[in-house]
Amino acid sequence: MYDKGKIVTGLVIFFVILAFPFWYNRGASSPAPELELTDKAKQAEKCIEETAFMTKEHMQLLNQWRDAVARDGYRIYVSEDGDEYVASLTDTCMDCHSNKADFCDRCHDYVSVSPYCWDCHTYPEENN
Amino acid sequence: MNAAYLYSLIAVVLLGLLAYAGVAVAGLEGLFGIFIPYVALIVFVAGFANRIIGWGKTPVPFRIPTTSGQQKSLPWVKHDKFDSPYNTIGVIGRMALEILLFRSLFKNSRVGFSDAGGYQKIYYKWVVWLWLFAILFHYAFLVTIVRHLRFFAEPVPFFVEMLAKVDGMMQVGAPGMYLSGVVLLGMAMLLLVRRIVLPKVKYISMAADYFPLLLIIGIAATGILMRHFAKVDVAAVKELTMGLATFRPAIPEGDISALFYVHMFFVSLLVAYIPFSKLMHMGGVFLSPTRNLPNNSRAVRHVNPWNYPVKTHTYEEYEDDFREKMKEAGLPVEKE
Amino acid sequence: MVDTSKPEALIENIDHTPPKKPWEEVPPDLSAGKFCYPTKKKNLEYLSLPTTTVDEWSPADEEWPLPDNWQQIVHDGFKDLLGKYRSLKIFMDTCVRCGACADKCHFFIGTGDPKNMPVLRAELLRSVYRNDFTRAGKILKKIAGARPLTKEVIKEWFTYFYQCTECRRCSVYCPYGIDTAEVTMMARELLTLLGLNINWILEPAANCFRTGNHLGIQPHAFKEMIEFFCDDIEEITGKKIEPSFNRKGAEILFITPSGDAFADPGTYAMMGYIMLFEQIGLDYTFSTYASEGGNFGLFTSSEMMKRLNAKMYAEAKRLGVKWILGGECGHMWRVIHQYMDTMNGPVDFGEVPVNPITGTRFDNAASTRMVHITEFTADLIRHNKLKMDPSRNDMYTVTYHDSCNPARAMGLFDEPRYVLNAVCNNFCEMPESTIREQTFCCGSGSGLNTEEIMDLRLRGGLPRANAVRYVHEKHGVNMLSCVCAIDRAALPPLMEYWVPEVGVCGVHELVGNALVMEGEIERTTNLRFEPLNEEAEVEADV
Repeated sequence: MYDKGKIVTGLVIFFVILAFPFWYNRGASSPAPELELTDKAKQAEKCIEETAFMTKEHMQLLNQWRDAVARDGYRIYVSEDGDEYVASLTDTCMDCHSNKADFCDRCHDYVSVSPYCWDCHTYPEENN
Repeated sequence: MNAAYLYSLIAVVLLGLLAYAGVAVAGLEGLFGIFIPYVALIVFVAGFANRIIGWGKTPVPFRIPTTSGQQKSLPWVKHDKFDSPYNTIGVIGRMALEILLFRSLFKNSRVGFSDAGGYQKIYYKWVVWLWLFAILFHYAFLVTIVRHLRFFAEPVPFFVEMLAKVDGMMQVGAPGMYLSGVVLLGMAMLLLVRRIVLPKVKYISMAADYFPLLLIIGIAATGILMRHFAKVDVAAVKELTMGLATFRPAIPEGDISALFYVHMFFVSLLVAYIPFSKLMHMGGVFLSPTRNLPNNSRAVRHVNPWNYPVKTHTYEEYEDDFREKMKEAGLPVEKE
Repeated sequence: MVDTSKPEALIENIDHTPPKKPWEEVPPDLSAGKFCYPTKKKNLEYLSLPTTTVDEWSPADEEWPLPDNWQQIVHDGFKDLLGKYRSLKIFMDTCVRCGACADKCHFFIGTGDPKNMPVLRAELLRSVYRNDFTRAGKILKKIAGARPLTKEVIKEWFTYFYQCTECRRCSVYCPYGIDTAEVTMMARELLTLLGLNINWILEPAANCFRTGNHLGIQPHAFKEMIEFFCDDIEEITGKKIEPSFNRKGAEILFITPSGDAFADPGTYAMMGYIMLFEQIGLDYTFSTYASEGGNFGLFTSSEMMKRLNAKMYAEAKRLGVKWILGGECGHMWRVIHQYMDTMNGPVDFGEVPVNPITGTRFDNAASTRMVHITEFTADLIRHNKLKMDPSRNDMYTVTYHDSCNPARAMGLFDEPRYVLNAVCNNFCEMPESTIREQTFCCGSGSGLNTEEIMDLRLRGGLPRANAVRYVHEKHGVNMLSCVCAIDRAALPPLMEYWVPEVGVCGVHELVGNALVMEGEIERTTNLRFEPLNEEAEVEADV
């Protein structure tokens, strides 16, 4: 007894599941999203830290801010360059990056992260 | 077998360094990010299919389930439907329990000697550890793999998002820690420690047992490192992986560290290693004749495709041998 | 070697710590008492099996009498088996050496020899498989766990594959169901290709081929033996019984292991069968041609198993019976339940078995046409067809040993227990991890019931004996019942050594004791001619 039919069926099912990325995307290209900067952000030229740092570490920075502000009452962040900023998502970050949908969300959606920042924090009305 | 895990450890460390240096020093992103992953996938698919088909081409000549429960016999005798399945439904139940819950492993016990009560007694103690490590390890691995679909699908399917949400429900740090990653790493380490510490298991372990464990530890460790400690630009990573998934391979701009390529290389090695190793148990577990056959061999005849006629000692030959004695004893004979 | 005359010393000296050296570098111990005697050449010749190059040899010899091309023979044989058995391929490929099986083997528990861990026993074969048949093994050699087939390996195979009783206990715990019995069967086939089998297996096999039974009992002698039991039955019950032999037109052919006709305590079980059949007026016959239920071919090769088994169907057809009833035997039921119909079927005689007394149709045996005696008796008891006086077994506190094969290759658990509960008043189970699917082997199955390895058998039987001792001390158990002829031969010396206060019996001996026969005289003794309980007490008082 071989049960060849069952074995081949099982193998095919396994490979079909395995090939999920290939048939799900249908080969459609999906490069990393372009992030839009507001005029204010463009004018500032630089975020509070280097762009490469901000890309990778912003979430951790925000986390630290939250702890510093909420737990220790410490509201001022001093950047590498020595500039001082108010440690606030709404008042500092989103003052420049007021376009949540075209800045924050694009990247977050692309890599499927759903930060719980805005569970509490408000964000500016989209105005562009 | 002290050497076995040292060799494996050295091999994994060297392979990791190779990928790191290959990218950081020699700039071989294309090799480690595109070429090797594709080759690994091809090797896996071809090798896996080849192995399964190789098994499938070999017949199961006899129906030999290991019966772990009461057979179906008389109508009033309570039949154990899963441990002694009588039909396909029972077999499916048994296999599902085996594959999804590791039922046989759950029965594991440890033997020991004790002289309580005046004489040497052998006792058997149910032990849950191997089962626990193994099942957590496997499910953590599965969750981790499914979670990684966020790098291979655009838009990211809802079940991946859901799973990631559950997996990250502890909300530790930012980016949030995934339970599956930590459990995977932890269990792989425990399984490794078990192999090194328990004398009997150490005695039976070979390089082929340590190597995949260390490789998986390497994968989990580099993954956790990239998420929490030496972060990479995930958008750029996804651009690369989406390139692979859509057959438009390219190395994106952006800050993908060499650590990522080490991670990729380890995964590629593991994937390509599967068909040639014990990791084929992922396919083999479905095909084990002691588990996937019903215990009904007296009710339904099993056919052996290579059954062939054999030389037997026929009754005629027997009677020829003993006819006189049989007649004397009053036993009936065919030929007087 | 530990002095086996002292059980306590033996058990205290069991050490489960593995040796310092890796197992590949530890040669097998081939000193006297550690191996089974190899088969005499005449048995190989009689069965047309490959022979060794000399007549007389010993495994203790440095040089073994192998043919020049022995390596090629084994390689080709291995390849052939890999093409025939998916089980072998899967079992060679999927083991992850998790170690769950390690302490499940009675031989490991009793000896502490790491090569008795099922995983290592299989590795003995697997290492050669990797070397000869896998890519990884061919390239990476030792690192991948491969090793070439040398004469040392053959010696190791001979040692350890005749140190496995094919009991399948390990396969219960294996997450992939890897069955060492299957691995051992394959290894023995390979060894048999070189003429390397043991005398305690091949002599019975050769006997069985010629005379129809393992013990070589010739037809007239077989009849005499049964008639002798009938004399005993008459003495005990006053009932004269005349069973028939080789009778055409009987409804049922009864086949039981020849051990039951030959040696105590199997003979008492035989008396039990005969009394039962007489009482219900069963239309049955014995056969002198198919006078063996067991099948030592199982321990040799699938071909040998088929050759010996063929007699059952051939005889059933010749006599024109409707179906076959099978006696208490362990490996016999492995063959009947899992191999017979496939090998020698489909049947061309009779009909689906129906109990002529109760009308129960045994649909679970619809295809093989063969029913187990405890299924049959349990059905009779269930339908109130038997009058029992269980007090005749009151001298016994009985426990039940699940024989490996009916347990793990058939799932026969509750039928014998149902019968036992109907025929005796005092029954208690051994601890859970030593019964049912977790039952321990007698330590002498699969043809290893041979005197020269008594030390090994006592060690292999230790887990079983220890569980018996436990219920003996705790509940006063003094009788170990079983449904296996090998058990009935192997357990008495085992009990004698570890728990001398406990006897061994077949389930149908207890049935015979309790069965109230129509018109019987008042019984004063049991089937062993031991006085029945009350009188024994009365005599003791006097």
